Amino acid sequence: MESKPKGKLAGFFHFPQGDGLSTDEFIKGLWRENPVLVQVLGMCPTLAVTNSAINAMAMGLATLFVLVMSNILVSSLRNVIPKQVRIATYILIIATFVTVADYVIQAISLDVHKALGAFIPLIVVNCIILGRAEAFASKNGVWASFMDGLGMGVGFTFALLLLGFIREILGSGSLFGISLFADSFQDWVIMILPSGGFFALAGWLLLFNGLKLRKKQAQPEQTREEVLI
Amino acid sequence: MKTESLWFIFLNASLINNFVLAYFLGICPFLGVSGKLSTAFRMGMAVIFVMLISSMAAYGIHAFLIWVDAPFLQLISYIVVIASTVQLVEMFIKRFSPSLFKALGIFLPLITTNCAILGLALFQTNKGYNFIESFVFALGAGIGFTLALVLMAGLREKLDFAEIPLIAKGVALTLLVGGILSLTFMGFAGLGG
Repeated sequence: MESKPKGKLAGFFHFPQGDGLSTDEFIKGLWRENPVLVQVLGMCPTLAVTNSAINAMAMGLATLFVLVMSNILVSSLRNVIPKQVRIATYILIIATFVTVADYVIQAISLDVHKALGAFIPLIVVNCIILGRAEAFASKNGVWASFMDGLGMGVGFTFALLLLGFIREILGSGSLFGISLFADSFQDWVIMILPSGGFFALAGWLLLFNGLKLRKKQAQPEQTREEVLI
Repeated sequence: MKTESLWFIFLNASLINNFVLAYFLGICPFLGVSGKLSTAFRMGMAVIFVMLISSMAAYGIHAFLIWVDAPFLQLISYIVVIASTVQLVEMFIKRFSPSLFKALGIFLPLITTNCAILGLALFQTNKGYNFIESFVFALGAGIGFTLALVLMAGLREKLDFAEIPLIAKGVALTLLVGGILSLTFMGFAGLGG
């Protein structure tokens, strides 16, 4: 969980406090530093609750909420919290917001709450949230931290939805509970079972790796040997 | 009768509903520390120890919170107990085995954010286990975690010598192996609920 270098663009253009900077904080979480697909953090909820698109979305939004709120609170308290007990303080802040999210989801939809089960309280131990609090919110202002939390949260939700779509379409032949195929479609039961989560995420990572590799090979100044090493 | 059900809880937590491969708890160390067999085994031992202590503590806390009628404090108090247990283990390992301390590196403090431990505390509360059942449940879960970690590390050590297509290098390959391992563990599903 070491601190990630800030976006290249932000350092290059060096906006003191412009809008361009916070937009960049937002954009980086979506793709370049996507928490799931690039940093491979927060794997437990990613794999466990993505067996349907609706569960994936609920988990993504709950995490987004906790991420944004804890980033705001941590960054506004960053000069008050003693350095020695900072991690414990962050965990307490996160746990408070997770408790809030838990009760809110329970109030909105009991079905979703049941489907997500123990994984809502387990948002506390999602490495992304603690990671952003430590790597970003503890060093930056409230507005930048808000944008960072928003970007990371949306990026996380996006990755979860990618998995949720593919697993629900293949595993139950439906999307958001609406049946997509004719009756002759044979469900790939494995996709909604635990091992399907591993395979689906591995499939996406393979795809993105392949794209990245192809992009690298297209670059003229880099020889093929360099890429292959 | 009593021993049978305890035995079943143990089997259930370690094999049938393996925490890592069936519940997806503790995936971070599963992917991160499973590169070497010896490190994986020691990591597993540390996790078993933290699990046993925090499970017992969680049982006490739950009883207390019911008594003072404040269940919304459950999550916060569990995580505080787990964090302090991990701190304790960290000091212990640092004192008695500096080499292991170095090998585990960042993953030692990260046991705090290992979902398997908080998940264990929450599950035992949800299932309403009594003290001895909780203890056996924690032992089974810890052993199951170690088993998955050690199996994975063994496979990955072998894979180091294999020729792997470039696009599959890294996390993608680990996930594929994890998926196959998870399929294997589904074979235990017939043994019970």
